[in-house]
Amino acid sequence: MRKNPWLAFLLLLLLFPLLVPAQEDLLNLLKDQKPLVNYAEATFKTSRIVIGQSIENPAQGNMLFLITHHFGALNTGYENLFGLKQAAIRIGMEYGLTKRLALGFGLNTDRNTWDGFLKYKVLRQKSGGKKFPFSLSLFANTAVYTTKWENPDRKNYFASRMSYCFQVLIARKFGSRVSLQITPSMVHKNLVPTSADHNDIYALGGGGRIKISNHVSINAEYHHIFTGQVVSSKVYDSFSTGVDIETGGHVFQIFLTNSMGENEEGFLANTTGRWGKGDIFLGFNITRIFTIVEPKSFRK
Amino acid sequence: MKKYWIVIIITVGFCINGFAQTYVTKNGMIRFYSEAPLEKIEAVNRQVNTALLTQTGDFVFKVLMKSFNFEKAMMQEHFNENYLESDKYPEATFLGKITNIKDINFTKEGSYPAIVEGKLTIHGQTQPVKQNGTLEIKNDAVTAKAKFNIFLADYKISIPNTVVNNISKSIEITVEVMMTKLNK
Repeated sequence: MRKNPWLAFLLLLLLFPLLVPAQEDLLNLLKDQKPLVNYAEATFKTSRIVIGQSIENPAQGNMLFLITHHFGALNTGYENLFGLKQAAIRIGMEYGLTKRLALGFGLNTDRNTWDGFLKYKVLRQKSGGKKFPFSLSLFANTAVYTTKWENPDRKNYFASRMSYCFQVLIARKFGSRVSLQITPSMVHKNLVPTSADHNDIYALGGGGRIKISNHVSINAEYHHIFTGQVVSSKVYDSFSTGVDIETGGHVFQIFLTNSMGENEEGFLANTTGRWGKGDIFLGFNITRIFTIVEPKSFRK
Repeated sequence: MKKYWIVIIITVGFCINGFAQTYVTKNGMIRFYSEAPLEKIEAVNRQVNTALLTQTGDFVFKVLMKSFNFEKAMMQEHFNENYLESDKYPEATFLGKITNIKDINFTKEGSYPAIVEGKLTIHGQTQPVKQNGTLEIKNDAVTAKAKFNIFLADYKISIPNTVVNNISKSIEITVEVMMTKLNK
């Protein structure tokens, strides 16, 4: 046998299956050819960072029910129980029509304002097989206030009740704990108090969150309104900060803000409170999600 | 004399090759079910990867956590984000053996009891497991079936107090994987 190397080779070849592959080798057999595309999930816990829109939509077929509540200002003293005697409330619904498109509407106690919106995920942050560094959504809403005319004597048009807001939401999830978002906004008011006031109001804002546990995060949000756009009243930048607490089916957001307004026009273009003066409002959002249409992938 | 050697080697070699067969699948199913006082949670994964070596009984599983589909999208998000931390631990694996592999005749159709022993890794935590299941051999395919329970605490999956009534501490796992011969 020593004289015949071919024989030794044949022996090795045929006995090769005896050299049993370890389980790890067997596992290697199961390696995917293409790595899967991994979309960034849960950049924020719900559809609001604090008071403004986040990149998140309700999942396809899910309905999100959202109650937003702001108390009165803390600096109104004990007589007013530090704002507890007042409330502004918005009750809203949002629905995930597709994976990318959500629509929503709401009713706000501030001048009985109805609002409706569309939010569309244009780009999604992903890693793995395909990579993209951030998510981008477009948001557009229309708000109509429905209380009596302030000046009933003059000729009033329905369109004067309307305002619009357009936002580009750009967000990135950095690891599992930190998410940041930049939000340029434009508010258009059909009617403004004086001719010196701009109809189009631009703001640049953003926000973020840091998860302190798997169920709790600290969030903050800021919107800068460029000066010279709102002249007839004194308006300030909006700043809000709070915590998100997720308990299975609900997300509770408890926060402090200097904005009484609950829809975009209200807090972007009409924030009259100042943190430094104690015009701080305690508020909370309660989000509850209902599954209306079961995902196809689950059905048997 | 030399000729004898060649005949023996070839015969033995072919016999071994004949026995060593690998069965695989990329779309096996694993379902899990949690029943707590307030909520039933069920999820299914139909992209389970498995491989079985009939000669030795080596049996491995690879399961992508993000491939579990839930009835409620929010549960799925929480499963990946809060409990299994799927970005950190993207897959669960099982590396083990069917210890009674010698009792299973892969050339004869039928249902055979199988004892599976090995290491299950979920959420980055590895635990030894030993479970009974069945192997069904039919039309050149091998279907492995098992049903067992695991405890979340064993895999360091913590349940906050606020949802103790929503998530069971013990999860029932159902495995059903149909494997076919690996084409060499």
